Amino acid sequence: MTDAATMPRTATTGEALLTVSGLEGWYGESHVLHGIDFEVRRGEVVTLLGRNGAGKTTTIKAIMGLLGKRKGSVKLEGTETIGLQARHIARLGIAICPEERGIFSSLSVEENLHLPPKLSEGGLTVERIYDLFPNLKERRRSQGTKLSGGEQQMLAIARILRTGSRFLLLDEPTEGLAPVIVQQIGRTIQALKDEGFTIILVEQNFRFAASVADRHYVVEQGRVVDMIPNADLDANIDKLHAYLGV
Amino acid sequence: MFELLGVPPQVLMGQLLIGLINGSFYAVLSLGLAVIFGLLNIINFAHGAQYMMGAFVAWMLLNYTGIGYWPALILAPIVVGAIGIALERTMISRLYKLDHLYGLLLTFGLALIIQGLFRNYYGVSGLPYAIPPALQGGQNLGFMFLPNYRGWVIVASVIVCFSTWFMIERTRLGAYLRAATENPELVGAFGINVPRMITLTYGFGVGLAAFAGVLAAPIYSVNPNMGADLIIVVFAVVVIGGMGSIMGAILTGFGLGVIEGLTRVFYPEGSAVVIFVIMAIVLMIKPEGLFGNNA
Repeated sequence: MTDAATMPRTATTGEALLTVSGLEGWYGESHVLHGIDFEVRRGEVVTLLGRNGAGKTTTIKAIMGLLGKRKGSVKLEGTETIGLQARHIARLGIAICPEERGIFSSLSVEENLHLPPKLSEGGLTVERIYDLFPNLKERRRSQGTKLSGGEQQMLAIARILRTGSRFLLLDEPTEGLAPVIVQQIGRTIQALKDEGFTIILVEQNFRFAASVADRHYVVEQGRVVDMIPNADLDANIDKLHAYLGV
Repeated sequence: MFELLGVPPQVLMGQLLIGLINGSFYAVLSLGLAVIFGLLNIINFAHGAQYMMGAFVAWMLLNYTGIGYWPALILAPIVVGAIGIALERTMISRLYKLDHLYGLLLTFGLALIIQGLFRNYYGVSGLPYAIPPALQGGQNLGFMFLPNYRGWVIVASVIVCFSTWFMIERTRLGAYLRAATENPELVGAFGINVPRMITLTYGFGVGLAAFAGVLAAPIYSVNPNMGADLIIVVFAVVVIGGMGSIMGAILTGFGLGVIEGLTRVFYPEGSAVVIFVIMAIVLMIKPEGLFGNNA
């Protein structure tokens, strides 16, 4: 295990958009995060890799303010957010696409897409979103949860692109989807990266992660135990297999 | 003139009209309960008391300040809704994480206190509230006589119910409300102020009850128990329609009013229990209610 303090932190240049240090989190009584440390620079795509139950999703939720109890420090562009509620954190320009997708069944596709309010300029237009995801345009009148799993995943990503948030938290966007849809989501993430979005991606599928990410943080038992730049992934493949237990 | 099973049409139509009027109150009241339950998960047992307060505020406006029926139709729901908002902020909001039972007990207790206070100051005999001059008299429809005010109650209820349905099912604001009903956490994570939405929704639901109270003031005498008598039936209506279903609450409200009216014609002895019998049957066959869903 690498000590968090000695971990390489200079894989890319640029200022840190998000700095997480000593982040602890709880689900009810159970202590899940035991001091998460990492940072994300503007325009980077960073993944959180790790086994089931390592604390990746919990980390995402803690950043977004969706955890009942959290401690430590989560700084977004220098603003400490640890004491803020989710809606205030969202207004700082950060948006989440949750693991369970969170498509609302009582809303049509179009209503789901328009639900998150526009918080700042710079979001994608609805036309651009429909260009990226033509299926959604065709099915915009359908009930949100009548979509296929892949379409629901696209909708969950699409709706946060409208808001003007330039920092996205994507929790397992490829989980349980057919390869052709995984590719489409991969292309979308690449397109967003090219437009300057900053993304934290939680992934089980590290082949997919490797195709889009700049750096990978490995999470184990509620701690960040390693950081692997994407360029060094091949050299570290055995180590990574050991971490992920594959 | 035709007769149906030996019942003269005047009697049939008369009871149908009474049924529709009762149905109007069932619909507006159960709509408010459904809206509140949907978002707050609170079974608002104070709804009957808030309906009564609507009638009393209209009466007070008239007798203490000279403000008449039409302004009261707007003012009373605002006043009672504001009181509801204060209750939500200070008390009800503390119960969202607990079982439904706590909300039910709190609002039931509040209802008893409110009714007790009004009984203490105004007695139980009932206070008269005149039909506004513009709605006095009636229309002879040939087969029956329709008092103008009763026609107005039905029209006003249909308008209010439809507007509420439209607002919730067809507007952006309503989409927020529906989404927050399903997953308030995620809606908050999109930057929407869910607690404020919950407070305003409670105020709106309470305002609906008060609106029904003002509508009722000229028909029934204004008295502290008027809500307590009605609310039990309204809860049965909500259970039949399905908790949390907007259109379900409206259609079930009007429908059961009519069924109750018809029962009064064909089997008068059963009219007081018919709604509860239907409730029992619905609970056995479709426990989530006619318009409810399992989700």
